[in-house]
Amino acid sequence: MSAIAATATRTVARDRAVAAVDTRAIAMKRRGRGRGIRTGISAAVIVLWCLAPFYWMIVTAFRDVGYTYDTAFWPTHVTFDNFTTAFSTQLGNHLGKALLNSLFIGVCVTAIALIIGIFAAYALARLDFRFKGILLGVILGASMFPGVALITPLFQLFTNIGWMGSYQALILPSISFVLPLTVYTLTSFFREMPWDLEEAARIDGCTQAQAFRKIILPLAAPAVFTTAILAFISSWNEYLISSQLSSDATQPVTVAIASFAGSQPHQEPYTTVMAAGTIVTIPLVILVLIFQRRIVAGLTAGGVKG
Amino acid sequence: MHVSRVSVIVVGMALMGATLVGCSSGGGSGSGGGDAANNLDGVGPITYVQGKDNSNVVRPIIDKWNAAHPDQVVTFKEQSDQADQQHDDLVQHFQAKDANYDVVDVDVVWTAEFAAKGWLQPLKDSLAVDTSLLLKPTIATATYNNTLYAAPQTSDGGLLYYRKDLVPTPPTTWADMMKDCSIATQNGIGCYAGQYAKYEGLTVNVSEAINTAGGSIVGTDGKTPTLNTPQAKAGLQNLVDAYKNGNIPADAITYQEEQGRTAFEAGQLLFMRNWPYVYNLAKTDGSSTVKDTFGVAPLPGMTGVGASTLGGHNAAISVYSAHKKTAHDFLAFLESSDTQSFFLSQGSLAPVLSSLYDDTSLQAKFPYLSTLKASISSAVPRPVTPFYPAVTKAVQDNAYAAIKGDKTVDQALTDMQAAIQTASTGN
Amino acid sequence: MSTATEVVGAPAGVPRAPRTGAKKKRRGETRVAIYLVAPTLILLAVVIGYPVVSAIIMSFQKDAGLDPATGLFVAGGFAGISNYAHWILQQCLDTSGNTISCPPGNLGSQFWNATGVTFFFAVVTVALETAFGVWMAIIMNRTFRGRGLVRAAILVPWAIPTAVTAKLWFFIFATSGIANALLQTQILWTSDEWASRFAIIIADTWKTTPFMALLILAGLQIIPEDVYEAAKMDGATTFQQFWRITLPLIRPALMVAVLFRILDALRIYDLPAILTGGGGGTGNATTTLSILVVDQIRQGFNSASALSTITFIIIFIVAFIFVRVLGTNVVRTQQAQQKGAAK
Repeated sequence: MSAIAATATRTVARDRAVAAVDTRAIAMKRRGRGRGIRTGISAAVIVLWCLAPFYWMIVTAFRDVGYTYDTAFWPTHVTFDNFTTAFSTQLGNHLGKALLNSLFIGVCVTAIALIIGIFAAYALARLDFRFKGILLGVILGASMFPGVALITPLFQLFTNIGWMGSYQALILPSISFVLPLTVYTLTSFFREMPWDLEEAARIDGCTQAQAFRKIILPLAAPAVFTTAILAFISSWNEYLISSQLSSDATQPVTVAIASFAGSQPHQEPYTTVMAAGTIVTIPLVILVLIFQRRIVAGLTAGGVKG
Repeated sequence: MHVSRVSVIVVGMALMGATLVGCSSGGGSGSGGGDAANNLDGVGPITYVQGKDNSNVVRPIIDKWNAAHPDQVVTFKEQSDQADQQHDDLVQHFQAKDANYDVVDVDVVWTAEFAAKGWLQPLKDSLAVDTSLLLKPTIATATYNNTLYAAPQTSDGGLLYYRKDLVPTPPTTWADMMKDCSIATQNGIGCYAGQYAKYEGLTVNVSEAINTAGGSIVGTDGKTPTLNTPQAKAGLQNLVDAYKNGNIPADAITYQEEQGRTAFEAGQLLFMRNWPYVYNLAKTDGSSTVKDTFGVAPLPGMTGVGASTLGGHNAAISVYSAHKKTAHDFLAFLESSDTQSFFLSQGSLAPVLSSLYDDTSLQAKFPYLSTLKASISSAVPRPVTPFYPAVTKAVQDNAYAAIKGDKTVDQALTDMQAAIQTASTGN
Repeated sequence: MSTATEVVGAPAGVPRAPRTGAKKKRRGETRVAIYLVAPTLILLAVVIGYPVVSAIIMSFQKDAGLDPATGLFVAGGFAGISNYAHWILQQCLDTSGNTISCPPGNLGSQFWNATGVTFFFAVVTVALETAFGVWMAIIMNRTFRGRGLVRAAILVPWAIPTAVTAKLWFFIFATSGIANALLQTQILWTSDEWASRFAIIIADTWKTTPFMALLILAGLQIIPEDVYEAAKMDGATTFQQFWRITLPLIRPALMVAVLFRILDALRIYDLPAILTGGGGGTGNATTTLSILVVDQIRQGFNSASALSTITFIIIFIVAFIFVRVLGTNVVRTQQAQQKGAAK
């Protein structure tokens, strides 16, 4: 997950490249058709490779359960039953509730990580202090720890304080990997901010806090928003820890899907699982499309002013 | 990241954590001796804990109980659908001595482990339950160290599904079945398959093979392996030979229950070992090509009926429960003929009460019932051992290698024997 | 330890305030920084520091053993380093208490195999993801109609939760699934030794390459076009341009991406657990260290704690070597890149 941080950070550089891209576009037009065709084919291969399994998930989601292993490429035995079944609570599945749980947990984790992370990121990006190196090391190292090792000690802790199966028992561990990601991403964003403006505001009589709130935060809003999306997605996708620490009432959607029950013991309802997978993935895909534009727009705005 | 930062990570995190450790006792549960003597006549509301209620049979039963016992209300705590998660959930709540887990539904293979941990209330004296009407093998799954720790609640046994259009009379012995495989060859389909993927189902199938041949995996003490016998060897050899000569098709090494069912329904298998749940699906699935052409029979043995492995669950009382009298009455209620009959008719769950299998109206609804009774009556539990996770791992790893031909049967059994021995030493 | 303190004193990646008056300013800022950073540290201490330390403590305790008289479990007591010896030296005890080599079927016997499998996955998947990632990034860095579509498409695998991905590929690789239908084969994707490994590698590559491509793309975009124009004028071929210009310029970004991915890949759990259950081959072809830890948790938590500690140390050593030998500097790369981009 930590690597997401790097993407976001790296995308900071993108705005700097906007000018370069423009030059490139002109250069491109001058080039031969041969390369254009090769690029086209390569692009087609990439799209096919990335979308084919996703397509198969959707096709299967619309297929009658009795024909689960039909291998026709196009939709056959089309039915909406799997979606109805996915949301039905009759077999003890609670996909609807799980979606709300994931949303709630994701929003809480993102909010907490952002609020706390902004302060740390500000300090790391802006202030000069001792142990800064250690701090960066600890935060990076935090995202290095194998998740399996967290589960049982946390379980004992949560059992002792009566938190088992509660929302906070799911929110806290998620913070263990979302917070480092947030701090890291924000630090990189903050390093890029036009701090001269803050200095100027202070000369005009603002305190450092005021300067930060009135000048820097509005400028940083797109960066914070981008970080928020990354944080939300990584919390939404978390599985291992939630699978152990959630109860039926607080179960997030990844766990709900992995433990989807069929009408019979031993029966794995693949068509329903694929339907549920489609339901879970579609919002993310939409989010990601928006997130892409957001990042470019946000960074360009910051870049022009900086 | 400079070297320094990597190196300080561990130090840094250790320092962060060090302050917190004071509050945690590194684990290690005490003995449950005292708890088992408490609250024996406690009466009051209790919680019943079970895995996901797939076929919605538990809630109506609990509603019925609550209507009759308004002062001893049972609350249903539903766990996940995954066996491993159910197991871990129980372990964690027992470790916390959670008094809210009064009656727990435990898989037959966990009963010994939980009993040895001192978490299950021995069902004796005032808490004794009547087991005289139950199918005998189901009681064995709930007995550890000669003490009954749980009440058998549901059972399950393996059945032989066969194509009656191709084999009018099902084989009764393993040798006959292997002979019938020529029919499969003539029809260009696979002959026989059970569950041979490397998971719990493999332990089920290997135990069946070994028990059917008269061998056993562990002795009566629940920990001493007994795999160095000619019978055990003969049992595993049967599976290995059948896989090698193609009577068990090559892709069966990936089969769990569902893959086998899919293949059988597609008409690609002559015989299949599977659980009763397949019966209704094979009759009704849209893609099933064998709706009217399959039958069920008991598993073939050496001379007569084979030794199926038992599935199912037992209901147990937590030693930490405050209302053990109520819990005990609830167990008796779960085992009553009415409840068991409801479990069967609504949820297709195999009852533990012997008499229900002979009920003609139920037989009409579940044509496989008398076959299933034969299967369960001669069934053998999987090893009743507190070290079950290690034992099943030892069986799976070595049997899997033997079936695939990567290891000789002798070597596999020697390794299995040694690995089960080390299981009981902790390391 | 001395290395640590010594180098901490000179955090190369952190910008310094000018020398004059720096000390005083620094002291003041340190005080502010403590307040700002404290909430983050406290949270991390609870959710990571606490589990790490309690796992280390437990790893020196024996798992509960059976009291032969009562048939009940009793606490195992202090274990010394026996839990570690169990894994690293593959030592087991037989029933009379003698130390023997762990027999096959005992989890202890699988430690080195699992380590090998884990590294195999890490090296192969990261190599493939880097190669394909560079290729994808170069394509995406070109201007053509439908570029937006490609960028959107490559984010799809990344956006699907890993748990759903694993279910999806398990279904695709079923014996009667679409993969075999397309290839006209009867490959046992979830059980054959190499097929099962490749099934996991394919699924992981599908899921993670887009992500690498994005990292690399960001690195590519800061290379000014005029560098290429100049090279072309000097008569450099496309391959030479890639080898002499593109690669050296994206190397720092690439190394950071590879480091992150390797650390991630060394923890791989979901895919092998759901796709193959850690099986395949002689039964353990896809058992990774994380899978071994989870298997062991059900057999005894103290021994599992030792294994998870070993896993952490292994990952730590890899990160250390990476930084030492290859000179990857996450912090510095970050800054250098941004400064370079800002010009």
